[in-house]
Amino acid sequence: MDETSLDIRKIKNRVFAGGVAALAVISALPLVFIILYVFKQGISAISWEFLVTLPKSVGEAGGGIANALVGTLLIVVVASILAIPVGIMAGVYLSENPDSKLSKVTRLCIEVLNGTPSIVIGIFAYLVIVLTTGGFSAVSGSFALAVMMLPLIVRTTEETLRLIPESLKEAGLALGAPYYRVVFKVVIPSGMSGIINGVMLAVARVAGETAPLLFTAFGNPYMNWDIFKPMDNLPLLIYNYATSPYQSWHQIAWGASLVLITMVLIMNLLSRWAIKKWKVRF
Amino acid sequence: MSRQTENLFNIGEAEDVSEKAMKEPSKKIRSEAKPKDEKLKNNAAKRLKNAGYPVVRERIFNTVVILSVLTVLGVVGLLFVMLVVHSIPSIKAYGFSFIIDKVWNPVTDQFGALPFLTGTLLTSFMALLISLPFSLAIGIFLGEYARESRFGGILRNMIELLAGVPSVIYGFWALMVLVPIVRELAMVLNEPPYGVGMLSASLILSIMIVPYSASISREVISLVPNDLKEAAYALGATRFEVIRYVSLPQSFSGIFAGILLSLGRALGETMAVTMVIGNTNALPDSLFSTGNTMASVIANEFTEATGTLHLSSLIEIGLLLFLVTLAINMIGRTIIKKFSVSI
Repeated sequence: MDETSLDIRKIKNRVFAGGVAALAVISALPLVFIILYVFKQGISAISWEFLVTLPKSVGEAGGGIANALVGTLLIVVVASILAIPVGIMAGVYLSENPDSKLSKVTRLCIEVLNGTPSIVIGIFAYLVIVLTTGGFSAVSGSFALAVMMLPLIVRTTEETLRLIPESLKEAGLALGAPYYRVVFKVVIPSGMSGIINGVMLAVARVAGETAPLLFTAFGNPYMNWDIFKPMDNLPLLIYNYATSPYQSWHQIAWGASLVLITMVLIMNLLSRWAIKKWKVRF
Repeated sequence: MSRQTENLFNIGEAEDVSEKAMKEPSKKIRSEAKPKDEKLKNNAAKRLKNAGYPVVRERIFNTVVILSVLTVLGVVGLLFVMLVVHSIPSIKAYGFSFIIDKVWNPVTDQFGALPFLTGTLLTSFMALLISLPFSLAIGIFLGEYARESRFGGILRNMIELLAGVPSVIYGFWALMVLVPIVRELAMVLNEPPYGVGMLSASLILSIMIVPYSASISREVISLVPNDLKEAAYALGATRFEVIRYVSLPQSFSGIFAGILLSLGRALGETMAVTMVIGNTNALPDSLFSTGNTMASVIANEFTEATGTLHLSSLIEIGLLLFLVTLAINMIGRTIIKKFSVSI
């Protein structure tokens, strides 16, 4: 311990506390500033018109993001359909067989997948889907996003289901319920809050992903409902318009950013709410 | 009193019947069980159904579960195999010189990835250096000072929410706000005033990784056992001294792991960097010069790559990126695991 006088130590203590608090607040500032900036810039672009019309070419006034909204929705929904069942089932396996060799390998794979840069997953989807089907398509984008969702869903499912006490399961089994029924009627409902939380976080995370969609969903300036064709989506639209030199396109990109950020934040908040609302305590 | 309880009473029969039910297709059982007025037979049929199904369903369930797990494994395996297979042309053509050659020219089919390796390492480590004091401050502040306070809770939630902001929006903001500021700075310092470049990329990266390293350091700092800290307090230590001599040394390896994990994030970050780094394929020679990272060159050139070698080289960069982030993440995770065991 320091040999210095008490006063100096007290001053040091104060200075350190003040410094830490100041740095903590300062580092939160740019983050807050970004959100406020997006709101300020985007709010003027947003209108009903903006949400339901297609983009127009440079020079024409107006234009909206209808195709990108539809695209984001479709791509994320398809990705969820691909990822959620597989993710939950794999999570069930991991929580039910925590020490098997297969579980250990799977956990490692989940960690690998979780740390893989999104652009690499984009390359993967390109090689697996785009090259074999012969063209860019929304489905290949959904595939990439599904791969990104998997680790999150598996991990949260496993973590929640592990908390469920063995006695609950045993009660179900003692009633003569077969194992799969215990899983569907006891284990999964008890862990619902955690699973929903994981799914929502995963959706929120991939809804804003751009990199894996660059060479899978590719983008498309027209309205498209066919998931086997290239499709536009919000993050891609923001990227394309933001890097263009036109002021009017920047404006649209700000509007789209505001829509996207609102969507993502609402999903994050909802997942927090879900975990509070349906939390099962043991 | 539903099927479960009914099963309970029928265990003996159930075992007899289940084998039969499994051999025969389930539809047949159903059609057998149709005689109309005889209640008894009906009941028997019901029992038969209830008894046979669980076993079949159980098998189906188990298969589905195993298949899901295998899907996860398959995806990771396929990911690696695909990357390797498709980068073979480039590996064959350039071998080891791929990562030390500094010329990247698709026109003449010359591909060396050194500029991108340098770009990635430079921006990531700069971002780490810039963000370190801030994320550590947040960690200490939330883990020690404002643990229970309301303000601490708000700050923590805010930072966690901000980790979810899409990177393309960070990039857009950086392009519109950060780049002009950096351009001014470059003019003052007599550097080339592009605005876009290494410094801008590092700055936006550092802003983006603060939430990650901050939340991990907060967690490990708040995990330090109270008895340790109380012992120090009892000896007359001030709060600063407790943090300096107890909390930080105790949580050092955890904080280090958090830094590694956020480094993994920074290495793989694509969009924000692509938007502000300037996208030139030359070796960067100053903080203000433009460049490219491994991720951003893939984002830029992948759709335009026509030659096999060009595409294959880009995929090899992807493979390198995958391996580097893999190694860093694994080291980080191992440290964190050891850490959580030791407390």
